[in-house]
Amino acid sequence: MSSRERILGRVRRALADVPGDDTPYEEAVVRDYLREHGGRTVDETVDLLAGNLADYRALVHRCAAGELPSLIAGLLSARGARTVLVPPGLDQGWLAAAAAERVPDRPEADPHELDRVDSVVTACAVAIAETGTIVLDGGPGQGRRRITLVPDHHICVVRVPDQVVSSVPQALSRLDPARPSTWISGPSATSDIELDRVEGVHGPRTMEVVLVSGR
Amino acid sequence: MSGTYLGMPAFPAAARAAVRNPTLRGNLRHATHTIRAKRARAVAEVEDWAELREAGKRIKDHTLRHLDTYLERLEESVTAAGGVVHWAADAEEANRIVTSLVRATGETEVVKVKSMATQEIGLNEALEAAGVRAYETDLAELIVQLGDDRPSHILVPAIHRNRGEIRDLFRAEMAAWGRPAPEDLTDGPAELAEAARLHLREKFLRAKVGISGANFMVAETGTLVVVESEGNGRMCLTLPETLISVVGIEKVVPAWRDLEVFLQTLPRSSTAERMNPYTSMWTGTTDGDGPSTFHLVLLDNGRTDTLADEVGRQALRCIRCSACLNVCPVYERAGGHAYGSVYPGPIGAILSPQLRGTGSEIDASLPYASSLCGACYEVCPVAIDIPEVLVHLRERVVQGGPVTRAGNKVVLRPAKGHAAERAAMRAARWAFGRPGALRTGQRLASRTRRFHPRTLPGPGRAWSETRELPPVPPEPFRDWWQRTHGGEAGGK
Repeated sequence: MSSRERILGRVRRALADVPGDDTPYEEAVVRDYLREHGGRTVDETVDLLAGNLADYRALVHRCAAGELPSLIAGLLSARGARTVLVPPGLDQGWLAAAAAERVPDRPEADPHELDRVDSVVTACAVAIAETGTIVLDGGPGQGRRRITLVPDHHICVVRVPDQVVSSVPQALSRLDPARPSTWISGPSATSDIELDRVEGVHGPRTMEVVLVSGR
Repeated sequence: MSGTYLGMPAFPAAARAAVRNPTLRGNLRHATHTIRAKRARAVAEVEDWAELREAGKRIKDHTLRHLDTYLERLEESVTAAGGVVHWAADAEEANRIVTSLVRATGETEVVKVKSMATQEIGLNEALEAAGVRAYETDLAELIVQLGDDRPSHILVPAIHRNRGEIRDLFRAEMAAWGRPAPEDLTDGPAELAEAARLHLREKFLRAKVGISGANFMVAETGTLVVVESEGNGRMCLTLPETLISVVGIEKVVPAWRDLEVFLQTLPRSSTAERMNPYTSMWTGTTDGDGPSTFHLVLLDNGRTDTLADEVGRQALRCIRCSACLNVCPVYERAGGHAYGSVYPGPIGAILSPQLRGTGSEIDASLPYASSLCGACYEVCPVAIDIPEVLVHLRERVVQGGPVTRAGNKVVLRPAKGHAAERAAMRAARWAFGRPGALRTGQRLASRTRRFHPRTLPGPGRAWSETRELPPVPPEPFRDWWQRTHGGEAGGK
């Protein structure tokens, strides 16, 4: 007998007490929890996102669409970034004013190459206000999962308000499970030493989020 | 690693030694009190906590009641998404599967995401025996690995170490495992983290094989979820060419939507954050992004035996948040090592004796590693009634009875060493069934109260060493009632 059959057989014997007409899934789980916490206007939701991102020590910037290229250029030069990773599908205009050399995200790139790049600029799929979370799902302008991980500086652009949701349930309903997703809430952190929070053990130590409004 | 739990003394002996270690108690007290206060604030922020907790409980209960269906569905979804599913009945089989998968890649080192399941089966040791070096990449697991130590907490495995101890360890041991620690390393947490970052980055960037567990597996979609803080998880999950995930069969949830409950309750319960810094979700393999080969090893290792116990099966709801450890007065004083298992604290006290059976001295003692104060039940985000299971397991240890081990129904014999307890219970049953005898006994006890010893003789000595014996009243309650209320019809 294969282990598969053995394990499934053990499960079935263990559940001999469960009636065959047991409550179906749809009725077994009462979902009377909230779809979002508290009532907010659209602007308040964006403010909450900014506040919660900052609370987890992400650096938050806000600008209008027209100011985005100069803001990104400023962030890169303030950081002294000489190279910047560019995922496929990133709006070319975003980096129009940046002086840093553009490094395309190539599938065959060695992780060591990524480690030598100074910064990365990406878009995102959705942002969650209540938790201060940015979700990337590999869509246009977001690139492979590793490009927002290996470089030490990540600039993520969120279109407000259309990419912002209030809560975790709302975010999940917008995402496609077939795509790999990465949820980011502030920079990499650890609390392993006496439960003191320290930023950046493995991932980017600096996370900058740009909330851009208007077209 | 010498991280074996074989030959562990039973909990009382291990705990007695641990509580006499002032450094350990200091480290634990600091850590548990810090996180306890933070968690209470994080939970208070969410007004529907009770509803989320109930939904989490019901999702898990429903899944467990139909575990075969959801496991088959999961296998189908993962396979359709390009993954390969393996089934492992026990630790040995899981280790054999993983070892052969690693061997097939031709690699001799792997990077690992912190995972309770691989700790439980002793995977690192098995790989070592096969000539494969497994690098733990979570900072706390690294501290444990470098110290040839054992984890003592589910979430922060090195909770028992303070910064000075960690600095000494890094200085002494890092060089033997790769990039050495800087000469002038201080005990500042930021500096220690930086030393670990440089040491580990070397390993991530060259790794070809990654090994992980998972916090959740979605049957409907075949999606696996890993929740973490540091980014080491993302490194291991996305940089290598081959990814092997070893996951307990109880980690499955039916639908994508169910994640909305646990992604709210898990971070707040474990690290007391609104959300953990990183969550990775992947469904099979994705062309050009992440590993090109994905293996999922579904682990039983005592879980189906636990499922067979109608009272005890609720332990399988556990999402490994560790909130119960941080509020437990027993854990706070005894520390995680005393529990003799990778699952310490209240959840360990009910999970280990079910996964491993109560055959060993340590497992038989674990249901007693509690004051039954109930704080663990209060904080549990999936409402596991840990005190109920503890009492149930105590009864099983003392009285024996039918249990399932390795899929077979067996009858457990009463444990040795509980003869006095059983005799006392038998005597009590006899006396309570005979009011006359009870009255006589109580009167006799009251009249001789001046001569009663302050500690119990014989097997009761250990019990009364740390407790005051309850005083016998000068007059039995029934006599007092008769004397003061005897004349009134019906009493007050």
